[in-house]
Formats: sequence, structure tokens, C-alpha cells
Amino acid sequence: MSEKVMMKGNEAIAEAAILAGLRHYFGYPITPQTEVAAYMAKKMPKIGGTFLQAESEIAAINMVYGVAATGKPAMTSSSSPGIALKCEGISYLAGCDLPALIVNVQRGGPGLGGIQPSQSDYYLATRGPGHGDFHVLVFAPASVQEMADLTGRAMHLAWKYRMPAMLLADGTLGQMMEPVVLPEPSNAYGEDNPWATTGTQMKRPHNIVNSLELAPETLEKNNIARFERYRKIEETEPLWEEYLMDDAEICIVSYGITARISRNAIVEARKQGIKVGMIRPITLWPFPKEPLAAAADKVRSFLCVEINMGQMKDDLELAIKCRKPVDLCYRVGGMIPTPDEVLEHIKKLAEGEE
Amino acid sequence: MDYKRLTLFAGHYGSGKTNLALNYAYWLRERAPKVTVADLDIVNPYFRTKDAEADLRAAGIELISSAYANSNVDVPAMPKETYALIDGRDSLGVLDIGGDDRGALALGRYVPSILAEDDYEMLFVVNRSRPLTRTAEDAMTVFYEIQTACGLPFTAIVNNTNLGLSTTAEDVLASLDYADEISRLTGLPVKMTGADKRLAPALKDKVENLFPISILELYYMEKEGTSLGKINF
Repeated sequence: MSEKVMMKGNEAIAEAAILAGLRHYFGYPITPQTEVAAYMAKKMPKIGGTFLQAESEIAAINMVYGVAATGKPAMTSSSSPGIALKCEGISYLAGCDLPALIVNVQRGGPGLGGIQPSQSDYYLATRGPGHGDFHVLVFAPASVQEMADLTGRAMHLAWKYRMPAMLLADGTLGQMMEPVVLPEPSNAYGEDNPWATTGTQMKRPHNIVNSLELAPETLEKNNIARFERYRKIEETEPLWEEYLMDDAEICIVSYGITARISRNAIVEARKQGIKVGMIRPITLWPFPKEPLAAAADKVRSFLCVEINMGQMKDDLELAIKCRKPVDLCYRVGGMIPTPDEVLEHIKKLAEGEE
Repeated sequence: MDYKRLTLFAGHYGSGKTNLALNYAYWLRERAPKVTVADLDIVNPYFRTKDAEADLRAAGIELISSAYANSNVDVPAMPKETYALIDGRDSLGVLDIGGDDRGALALGRYVPSILAEDDYEMLFVVNRSRPLTRTAEDAMTVFYEIQTACGLPFTAIVNNTNLGLSTTAEDVLASLDYADEISRLTGLPVKMTGADKRLAPALKDKVENLFPISILELYYMEKEGTSLGKINF
């Protein structure tokens, strides 16, 4: 399907997951991600798949856990408060080395917060959403096209590394409509998954899916082996986009919807002679440390643009080892900065540096 | 193009009903002194007629919308003023109905009054670029679902095929057969073909009943020429 169609971000996620081979979806409605479930409800019966509205978010993630154990692609989606409820299940998936796709179309918090967009689950997503030592792959799309492209990518890598992947979008991206070219159909999960619980046919030992280890020595060994895998992922899988960075003196770091707002601000600032560029992380875990560290050698300062109280700022300061000042431009509570607000911030930085 | 006292825009969600309804309200205001837009969308949490409130008021058009529209809560309540518009009969009314059968359900409570007055147009808005209404047959499923949900029969089709700001004249021209097929299947006329006003020069001799529209732009979308790079995996 190479023709452009008009889709909501939430619908693009759903269709892209189906195109990557997903046939089992479990969810529970919550604004602003309900269209993911609504689309699955319409589409799954037509293609012989499963759409199930569970009795709760917790039930939904445990259904994902069950399907994942059989080596089939499984997915759930929710928005911030619902993702918090799923964290126990995500930790169990990680502990059992099972792949799954979890979509978080973020809204404002904490608590019930509000239904307007937010990026305030950055910490929750990137620090391992649940108890115990683990990570999930975290992707931050910035357009409806990327909602589609990164959904397939997330499923492929979740299977490759046998770990949960999270698509971390926000309400704006979920609700807005843009033209999108849907990806070609693929099979994100290989045919043969030797670890899957699919019946032994009396030909092999039992596969056991379990996160409980009786011997502390074994549990330690498993955790260390998992983190060796994470190190490899940190070396090979970071994704980012650089924009006008060749001669930049100020580097904006922003992801998702705020990266697009920042882009407009950068164009305006360039017209006024300010040398500003942007590094846009596309994976938030693994965080693209290397290009940011390299930028720290060249630029005078950084500006984080986020719709939270500065959660990514910590990762940026770690990546550049605090060698250059990092400022923050933010709105919260469902508010989004305008390009003018970002521009004003850039101008203040530029003046301060002269 | 003639018009009725009440004009209702319904269809698959994402067809462009809200944009169309707003543009139609401006068009009516040039022909009548009193025009009211009623936002009856109980489905969409964002991107609502409320976004255009200041512009509507400046043009002398009243807006009726939920007190909770664009707020931080999801309360699908209908504004009480809608009764004044429907029963008062002293203003032209443009009604923006929520998408699909779920959105149209809320219209049902007003239908007895609308039918009693019998001075309305119920428009089925179609967009061929929407994946779930790509074919006339798929659009017909939505057509019947909406009529069943609200109990108000459609009276005409509006072809509003678009890809947002990147719509081309070719996209619109390629959709004409699709709209004609829906017209044939329903037995209803195509009242108009909505298209971005920037395409009007290329379309005006080729499209009957062309209705040029202004598209509401969102400030967080890139200006032309600054769009995101394609990710290379």
C-alpha cells in the first residue's frame, strides 16, 4: 500500500501494528488513545484477529503476557494513568524476556491529571516502567508517519531482543490527522521461536515462562546477562535526527511534538541570524548519547524543549557530562509551547552568550 | 446553491466535518443575518469548533459548544442552548455532528423536532483518503450506521476528499467517480465538493458545485519546507 491516506496518529499505530503481523490486541479505553482500540475493534474481526476490551488495564497487560509467551506478537495501548497500572505486567514481561508492544499516548498528570497532551512519562518509560532492574525500548515519534514507521520498528526490535518495547507518543500526535504512507506488510516475529510455549510434541523439553528464580545466584546471573544485552542495544540501536547542526552554537534537544514546534522556532531564529540547530532523539532508550556528546564539543549551550518539568534534561546532562550549560523551555498540564515561546528562549540564550 | 434552516454535517470521523461546517457557516453568514454553529461532537477530545470561537464571533456567528470542550475532562455532555437553536427557529443553524454512529447517536434526541419543522439538510460527508471509507461500499456501511444511530435520513452527499494541507487537485479529481458512486448507491445528490481554496483555480472548470474552503492550520505543524526528515533505519 504505497498510496497516501489521511489518518489520525492513533489509527496509524493500529494499522501499522496489523501490517507488521499483529493479530492480538488487548486494551481498555482512555482518552486520548481510544482510537487505537476503536480501530482494532473494527479491523480485527475482519482479519481473524483478536480484539479484546479487558476489564481493566492490569488484565489487558496480563493477556499480552499470555500471548507473548506463545511467541506471537501481542500489544496493548493506553494513556499515562493506564500505563502506570500496567507497570507490574511490563516488569513480568521483562523478567521473562518476552517481546510485546506497549503504546503510551501521554496525557497530563500526575494522578488523573487531564486529557490534554503531555510528555511527563519520560522518566517512567526510560527508567524501566515497573519494579526491578530492566529497560524497555522507547520510541518517540514526531509525526503520524513516524507513528506508523516506529510501530513496526518497535515490534521487530522487541522480538529481536526479546524485550518489551514502548511507543511513547502524546495526545497531540494521537489525535492529529496527517497524510501517511503505510508500511509494507511484514512479519515482525520470525516463524520459529524456540523459546515459545507452543507444545513440546514430545520432541523437546518444556519451555517455561517464569520470572521467579529460586536461587539468588541464578537470578543475579540472569540480570547481568540481560544488562549485557542492553549494552549491545545502547551501542547499535539509538536513533536520532540532526537539523541544521553544522554551524550551530545553540543545540535544541527535543522529541515528539515539541521537536516540530522547535523546528519552526529554529527557522525563525535563523532568519534573525542566530545559529541554532537541533538534535531530535527518536529512541529515548537507548538514548542517543554519542551525537549529543559530540555536539557538546562544538556548541556553546543546549536548550531542552519538553512538555514536562524537564525530565529529559537529566539524560542530556549525563550524556554531555555537564560540560555545557543546559537550559529548559517547557509547558505542562496539557499546555504546549508556541514557536514564539521557544524563539524567545533561543533569543535570550543567544543574547546571554554574546 | 440553496440552503435550509438547519444544515447537519455527519460522516466517518476524520472526513473534515468540522472544517466544512465552519466554512459553510461563513458562507451562510454572507447570505443571512443570523447564523449559529452548534458543536454536537461528543467523540473528539481535541481539535474542535471551539478552536475557532474568536474568529466566529468576529464574523458575527454564534457558537454553541460544550462547556467542557478543550478542557482537561472528558464529559460528553450536550450544551442546553442547542434546544434554543432547534426549537427557537429564529437563526440558521449549522450542526457539527460527531464522527461515525457513535457520534451521531447524540443527535437522536433532537430528531423529532428537526423532522417536525422539516426545513433541514442532513449531509453525508465523505473523504476517499480515509482508510476505512476508501471504497463506496465501505462508505455505505458508515452511511447506514449513522442513519440507524440518529434516526435522521441523509438528504445529500458532500465530497470532501482531502489529505489536509498536502491535498492536490488530482486527489480531488480522482475522487469524483467515488462520490458519484455513493450518490448512485444512495439515490442522493452530491450537494458540493469541498476543496482547499488554494486548489480552486485548478478545479473550478472541472468540478460541479465546488465549495472552496479555508483549512484551520495548527501552530505546531511545520511551516512549508521545514518538515521532518525521513528516518533511515
